[in-house]
Amino acid sequence: MLEIAIKGSKTYWLWIVFLLAVMGAGALVYVDQFMNGLMISGMSRDVSWGFYIANFTFLVGVAAGGVMVVIPYYLHNYEKFHRITILGEFLAVASLIMCLLFIVVDLGQPTRMLNVLLYPTPHSMLFYDMLVLNGYLFLNIVVGWKVLEAERNQVEPVWWTKPLVYLSIPFAIGIHTVTAFLYCGLPGRGYWLTAILAPRFLASAFAAGPAFLIILCYLIKKFTKFDPGWEAMQTLSKIVCWAIIANLFFFACEVFVVYYSGIPGHKAHIGYLLFGYHGYNMMVPWMWSALILMATGAVFLIIPKLRNNKTLLPITCGMIFIGAWIDKALGMIAGGFAPSPLHHVTEYAPTGKEIIISLAVYATGFLVLTILYKLATTVKEEVRG
Amino acid sequence: MSKNMIIAGLAVFVIAVLSPFWFNMATETQAAPKPELLGKAKAEKKCVLDKYEMRANHMSLLDEWRDSVVRDADRKYTGTNGHTFNMSLSTGENSCLGCHEDKAKFCDSCHEYASVSPYCWECHTNPKEIE
Amino acid sequence: MMEKSRRSFLKVAGIAAVGIGAAPAINFAASDSHGSAQVAKAKNEEALHAHRWGMVIDTNKINEEVAEAVRHACHKAHNVPDFNHEVDEEKFPNTRPVNHKQEIKWIWEEHFQYAFPDKEDEFLAEKFQHLPFLVTCNHCKQAPCVQACPTQATFKREDGIVLMDYHRCIGCRFCMAACPYGSRSFNFRDPRPFIEETAAAFPTRTKGVVEKCNLCAERLALGQQPHCVEASEGAIVVGDLEDPESEVRALLNEHYSIRRKQSLGTEPSVYYIV
Repeated sequence: MLEIAIKGSKTYWLWIVFLLAVMGAGALVYVDQFMNGLMISGMSRDVSWGFYIANFTFLVGVAAGGVMVVIPYYLHNYEKFHRITILGEFLAVASLIMCLLFIVVDLGQPTRMLNVLLYPTPHSMLFYDMLVLNGYLFLNIVVGWKVLEAERNQVEPVWWTKPLVYLSIPFAIGIHTVTAFLYCGLPGRGYWLTAILAPRFLASAFAAGPAFLIILCYLIKKFTKFDPGWEAMQTLSKIVCWAIIANLFFFACEVFVVYYSGIPGHKAHIGYLLFGYHGYNMMVPWMWSALILMATGAVFLIIPKLRNNKTLLPITCGMIFIGAWIDKALGMIAGGFAPSPLHHVTEYAPTGKEIIISLAVYATGFLVLTILYKLATTVKEEVRG
Repeated sequence: MSKNMIIAGLAVFVIAVLSPFWFNMATETQAAPKPELLGKAKAEKKCVLDKYEMRANHMSLLDEWRDSVVRDADRKYTGTNGHTFNMSLSTGENSCLGCHEDKAKFCDSCHEYASVSPYCWECHTNPKEIE
Repeated sequence: MMEKSRRSFLKVAGIAAVGIGAAPAINFAASDSHGSAQVAKAKNEEALHAHRWGMVIDTNKINEEVAEAVRHACHKAHNVPDFNHEVDEEKFPNTRPVNHKQEIKWIWEEHFQYAFPDKEDEFLAEKFQHLPFLVTCNHCKQAPCVQACPTQATFKREDGIVLMDYHRCIGCRFCMAACPYGSRSFNFRDPRPFIEETAAAFPTRTKGVVEKCNLCAERLALGQQPHCVEASEGAIVVGDLEDPESEVRALLNEHYSIRRKQSLGTEPSVYYIV
């Protein structure tokens, strides 16, 4: 089936070459990081996780968001999603590959990464994260491939894909819950130590994933002869709508709890993010932009006339995606580490090298996504004649 | 492609792929280096383990030693030959480098020949270098 | 040429596999010291023992000079890099400029409101407002860093010390996120250019691993007191918290003491007599 990916238009090949160029640049910068250490990043003793883990956290969410097309179709036979479940599964594959790459580039001693397998540690959340991320990746690759292959050959998918699909559903919830558990089980970090963190992660995942999927559907409609279906996109937009409202509501709950109870240890972090702390206010414009983007996006999705506006919808989805990214990637990390456990503040911004490496990881994910989507759309074009 | 061309091409390939060996034969002696026993090691002639076993297994021995020292707080090792050593690579008199004084003449001589560069020395300091 | 049947090929392959597999078995049988019956590993006779190592710091005996002496003794003995140290250009050419926010410290001083941010007090006694409090790893009984580490590179030893195995650490820094006391440092870069004088009795670390106070486990194993204790002029005492006869228990019995963030349930083993 992979031979499909090497036949494409000029635009297709230009895009592939562009992605490879970005990946190459990132690889070169990564050599610097591998040889000289993470000193090339903006991370510090106080802010020991930065842009890499931030993007990892967000992308786990995007991967989990794929389940929002799988559940309606496979569990409830929602026919409108028939054509796009494969797109959701392949988006999950690309996102998970990016997640794993972000972990690898973040490690101080990447050559030792197999130690997590050699010395399994059931009391560590990172152990379970490794298991569920790889498990979900494996499930999606296998299911996506088998289903697509079956469609190409115009037969029913082999019988064991069904139980694997059912298994992938709790796995999807699992990956993001475990990732949330990395954060919310740490007693020393007030911003993260909240029961609502896992629900909040899932809510923003179920908004960001489908939002991005809608944008991808637009691109597919533009660049291929496959039409994912306007009705499917409309349903997806309703899912995004309620998910993003849930995310904003959960955030509002956090703000209430923190400010009404007034406990300084907890107030300090949200205060730092939204209003600045003792003069440190780098995150303030970002956080408010995120809230405005997400809230405006929610409004645009609630009002049917705006939601169904074909020109406005991708813009709305973009706003929500970016807002959710700022909130979950930047806000989560910055709020957790500032103020520090000793109530000092060290602010963080990624360095240029960190950004280049991150862009290269994104490029790798987009390359995988492009190839997989090329396979999916070409097969569907073939089948529909 | 004629039969002769194929055979000629194969011959060129075999020679090219074996070129590292031709290069080594031409430029170096073939004998493996003998690590020099100096100082206490030369005088005492007592080894942690039998010579051949040390050569083959010193990496896993050091690994075992590390777990004993760091995780179990055990620092004294009594081998099958009855002698006791301090389970340390570089610190103290009864450590590896305490007896085998010169890393360059002992450790490096074999490692360089075998083209092995263990990263032990990124952390474990070499007493001779510090002085 | 292709007359050999599949069966005869498999026969030859099988015999070859047995032959290859036999070699290590024969080697093992031939070697004479594989029996572990006589190999013994033991602690030093002079080693100090405890069921639960702990530390009591008498803050009344600490002043700026003592704090600095303690910090210096610990960092020097353990080859902790000092980013203020001017790099020897000859030995370490092309060293990139430092980022002081990526510093490494095992023990250092903080003012009361930073060492005990949960005890902020508008009317704090004058004496405590500028007193240097020495903060370091608390070797918690329920250490969140131990719980977090995915490879057990950070682990709690039987005698209570939370130790690091620098060989196993993958540098994921989860332990740093988990520590409620900010006690841990990461080697963002190779520390060697910044070590003024390498102490021979302790290794350095390499880039990419996390490090912290190890309660001088290497000194306790030789029957010696930790460096901070020796440099503190009696202000710091280290001993067995579970031995009712120990000096630390006597101190805790006599004086009221506080610990950092005790409401978190980490059960820190470092006590401050105030």
